[in-house]
Formats: sequence, structure tokens, C-alpha cells
Amino acid sequence: MSDDKPAPDKQERAAQQDAKTGQEKAVEQPAATQSPENAPEALGEPGVEVRAVGERRGMFGVKGSGDTSGYGGLVAPVVLPGAAQRPYGGWFDTVADKLDAMVEQVVIHRGEITFHVHRDNLVAAMRLLRDDPELRFEFLSGVSGVHYPGDAGRELHAVYHLASYTWNRRIRVEVSAPDDDPHIPSVVKVYPAADWHERETWDMFGIQFDGHPALTRILMPDDWPGHPQRKDYPLGGIPVEYKGASVPPPDQRRSYN
Amino acid sequence: MSTGTDFYADPSETSEGRVFTVTGQDWDEIAADMGEGDAAERIVVNMGPQHPSTHGVLRLILEIEGETVTEARCGIGYLHTGIEKNMEYRTWTQGVTFCTRMDYLSPFFNEMSYVLGVERLLDIEDDIPEKAQVMRVLLMELNRISSHLVCIATGGMEIGALTVMTIGFRERELVLDLFELITGLRMNHAFIRPGGVAQDLPPGALDEIRSFVALMKKRLPEYAALCNANPIFKARLENVGHLDLEGCMALGLTGPVLRSTGYGFDLRKAQPYSGYETYDFDVQTWDTADSYGRFRVRLNEMWESLKIIEQAADRLARLEGAPVMVADKKIAWPSQLSIGSDGMGNSLDHIRHIMGESMEALIHHFKLVTEGFRVPAGQAYVPVESPRGELGAHVVSDGGTRPFRAHFRDPSFNNLQAMGLMSEGGQIADVIVAIASIDPVMGGVDR
Repeated sequence: MSDDKPAPDKQERAAQQDAKTGQEKAVEQPAATQSPENAPEALGEPGVEVRAVGERRGMFGVKGSGDTSGYGGLVAPVVLPGAAQRPYGGWFDTVADKLDAMVEQVVIHRGEITFHVHRDNLVAAMRLLRDDPELRFEFLSGVSGVHYPGDAGRELHAVYHLASYTWNRRIRVEVSAPDDDPHIPSVVKVYPAADWHERETWDMFGIQFDGHPALTRILMPDDWPGHPQRKDYPLGGIPVEYKGASVPPPDQRRSYN
Repeated sequence: MSTGTDFYADPSETSEGRVFTVTGQDWDEIAADMGEGDAAERIVVNMGPQHPSTHGVLRLILEIEGETVTEARCGIGYLHTGIEKNMEYRTWTQGVTFCTRMDYLSPFFNEMSYVLGVERLLDIEDDIPEKAQVMRVLLMELNRISSHLVCIATGGMEIGALTVMTIGFRERELVLDLFELITGLRMNHAFIRPGGVAQDLPPGALDEIRSFVALMKKRLPEYAALCNANPIFKARLENVGHLDLEGCMALGLTGPVLRSTGYGFDLRKAQPYSGYETYDFDVQTWDTADSYGRFRVRLNEMWESLKIIEQAADRLARLEGAPVMVADKKIAWPSQLSIGSDGMGNSLDHIRHIMGESMEALIHHFKLVTEGFRVPAGQAYVPVESPRGELGAHVVSDGGTRPFRAHFRDPSFNNLQAMGLMSEGGQIADVIVAIASIDPVMGGVDR
């Protein structure tokens, strides 16, 4: 997808009028209280990249024909919360300082912090997060895959939920891989708990975790074709007939989007 | 030979060796068939997925030498129903109906972890009415009791303590009766919704809850009397399925297994949600790190749950008539349920209002029920302390009316990883005890 700024006109104008104060305001604000509405990039601050990860078309999910409402031409970009600015507030900065060079982007949304890490740095970052006495994220909750077909070059995301029982903190580490090279290094050596979670993510998304001791399917049968949780994998189902009427399967029903 | 007539149970030769199908006949016949040599020494046993002692459709692949397990692996996925995928095709509210069916012994925890994630993304965490919060806590703690009861009951059955099973299910039935009274359903309630709970407490519910607590205080000591010092029970459970704190942290184990190592980590205390910080209760631990310790932790936790239920009931008595759904009408479910002559359904007053009095109310109802609300783009992960450990929903929204992705970190799924570590080197009969002490629920493991 393109790197278009989706900022509405009003906000852009307001930011242009008062670009400098806007920037200062954004920096003063601890990131824990930043939200997409008041984050710097939403205020139209120049220099902050906003990535659209998809596009929403129309209103009623109708494809082909039948929409005479006029809403069919509606196109809106799907934008996830953007990068947060320093200071992040509290211990967020402690963790960010330690990871520093390995972090591509820090996102703070609703009080949860996400560190986007390049896949080449993943294992080193995880090892540091686990072992550093100031971090001590000794507990990996799980790995969860997300497929963003519209996020060109970074379609497949693996999200690691980490917890530090020592400090009672939680963070998220997010790694991405392109669809045509779905490789992410395995963290099983650092966190043995990741074993089954990575197998599940491979099973469901087709992400290959390099270095995993036995990356086999775990929930689907061994000979299953495809990876069911990918967005291009259909939900499936058959129409159900009841009293002469036919109800299509859920993914073919008229629905809002 | 009796197996000779059984079409499915004939021994066959494969490239991996001889395959025997054991379907309940005399073991001596199999042993005689295997003869001498390699096969008699080292056998790979497929236990399950249809086996009464494997706690559901869990398949165990055990390599045994005599009675000793040398290698143990789990085969899972037999109950995979694609709940997470299905949720991507339903509205945010409908998602509750799906995820409640995952871990079928703790439906309220499934709902809660998902709903907390959605509420965080909606940024309405602070707007949830107090009564809804208290009702959630009440239901979760009742659920913790019913879940622990099933764990103890089935665990007892699997080691031959049949009385433990019968009394366990007897008490669980009382909890399910309460669920039916409050939510209308014994299981799969879909009662905790984004913004609050589906419905107010019915009249008389508090009295029922109080009499249940009083009864449980008489019944819980029965478990202690039957099991705690029972030499057979202790012989089967003590020092079986040992896993220390290091192993728990490395393999991501939480819940009673973690607390049986002596480490009192409980998300209700560490990262409270739904107002748990305002309740008076203790985190129960044991220091033996074995199956017996996990049993005692569960037994003690039921007492703590009773304490919380009593406090919640007192608070609910003060909150009569208070709202149970967030005030924001763009999120709150428009209709209220009521009990009619034909059972639970939409309140007739509401139907009269939208069909006869207000066109706008009808439009509002229609839009919210068919389209649902939009959730701002982003992701959230809010874990809760389920009876089996950390249960968290990773909820991702792209700003639409349906979840872009909902992934559940189910504690059973994670905890089963420890099966090999707990049972390798032990007796084959101890594998059953070790698994029962993890208490996996396959509906949650496979989702």
C-alpha cells in the first residue's frame, strides 16, 4: 500500500497553522496518554510516517452489483496507531533505552506498548529482554500471528506477548515478514514456551520459524493444504436451506465492513 | 485368538514395525503375540484420542520400556473448530458467543478476556458500570469453583477414586443451576458482553447464591476428608508430575501448576481487572511442585472463591436496580431480555417501543444488531486468571465492525507442553496423574 497520510483536512490545517506548538505539545505529552486522535501524526506533523495497512471500500460489503446507496464509492484507508514519540513515560523508556537500536518503531496504544523489531534482530532482542536485570521479561505468554494482506512487504506479523513477573510489566514485540519470504527466526531457544505457539502460527499462517526444533502442523491434520487463518483462505461453509429460503455461508452473506 | 476375528484389530506389518490395535482385550494375548526380541522391550503406544483417561480428545504418543515411559509427546487438534477464524466473520458482540465455547469448563473467563480486550480498544474500560463489574467477578468465581470441581472429579475418576467424581459433579451441578438462573444457560452463556453483561440479576438470585455458599462450606470439607490424608490418594499423587519453578517459567506454565511450586503469582493480585483489587482474598500456594500440591491449591482456591462470592453478593445487594451495561447507546446492546411464558426472549416492552412507538429506536436497534459498533484500529492483550492459568485474548481491530483477528492464548494449550517433562522417566500410570494435574480442556487447547 501507499504511504498516504490519511489525516483529515481539518487536522492538517490546524497543524499547519501551529506546526511548532503542535510538535511541542505532542512531545510534552507522555506517550501513555497518546491516542490516535492526539498522536503527532494525526495532527499532521510532518516527518512521521503513517502506514496504511489496507483499504475499506463501500459500506455494506456488497461486491459486483446491487448497491444503489451511493456509499459504494467510499474508500477509507485502514491505519493502525502510529509511532509514539519520546518520552514514552515511566518504565516504557527504560525498556526502549535498552532495546534502542534494535527497535524499528514503538507504538503505544491504550496504555500497551509494542516494539516493532526487524526479524534479523528478533532473537538478540528477546535474549536481552529475558536476561537484562533491568528488564527480566522471563515469561513469554504466547505467539500470535496476524495477516495484513494490504501491508505490502510486511504482510505476515508475529506478535510476542512478554511479561516480567519481577517488575510486573507487560510488553509486546512485533515482527513482520513478507508473504513471498515468510521466514522469522525461532525464539524457542530463548523461550521454550514458544514451541507450540510457533507451531500453531506456522500451521495457521504459514510463517516458517527458522531454527524451530520440529516445525510441524499442530492443530490441522498433517496433510492439510493451506494455512487457514490467512485472509486469503476462505472460511468455507455451505448454504443452509430452511423453509424454502437459503441462507448463504457466513463469508458470503451481505454484511457491513 | 480373539483378535483374529476383529477386522480393525488385526496386527499388521508396517515400515515402522508391527502395529497392534488394543481395544480392550486381554493384554496377555497381545504380549504373547509380540513374542521375544525388540518389540517386547520397546513399544510406542498411542493412547487416545479416544481414551477415558486422557481428559478429552487428547492423544498421547508414549514410548515405553516395560512400564516406564521413556518419551512422551502430545497429539492435539482433534477438537479444532476454527473459532478464531469464525470470529472474523461476526460482529464484535457476536464474537462472545463463539469464544465462550472454547474452554467449555470456564466459559466466563473466555468471554471476559475477549471482552476486556474489546473494551480496552473501545477505551471504555473506566465506563463499565460497577454492577456489571461485580456480576462479572461473581460469575467468574462461581465458574472457578465449578471448573476446579470438574478437575478434581475427573482427576479422581482417572485414578479410580470414583466417589470423588460423583461428589464433584454433584456440587458442580449446583453451580450450573446458579448459572442457569442468572444467565439462562448452564454452559456457553455469552453473558459477558462488550460494555457490561447481557442482563440484570434475576429476583431471588442473591438468596440462591448465599444458600449455595452456605452449602459449599459444608460440602468442601468432604473433599478434604476423602482425599487430603488418604494414603492411596497421596501415594498416587505425591511426587508425581514434578515441575519446579524454573520449568514453569521456561515453559510458560501458569495457574495452579505455577502456584504449586510455592510462587504465589495470580493475575487477580498482580494485574487486577474488574475490581479484583477491592476484594479480600489470598493467593493459595503449595511447595511440593507435584500433582498433590496442585490438588491442594485447587481445593484451597475454592475456599477463596467462596470468600469473593460472599463479598460480591453483599455488594450486589446494595446495587439493586443499578445499570449493568455501559451508558453509551452506540455500544450498549439495545434490547433487554426478559423471561416470558415461552422462556427467555426479547423484552416485550422493548419490542413495543421499537415496533410501535419510535422509528428512530427501531433504526438504532437494527443498525446496532446487524452492523454492530466499530472498534478503533489497534491491538490489545488483556490476560485474566482463569482456573487453568493465564488466559489472554489478543484482539486486533482494523477499525471495522468485526474483529480483524482474535487469538486466544489458552492456558491449557501452553501448559500441555509440559506433559513430556512431567511424565518422562515415570510409570505409565503416572502420566495420567500428571495430565490430570495440568487439567487441560481440549476445547480450549484446540479452539
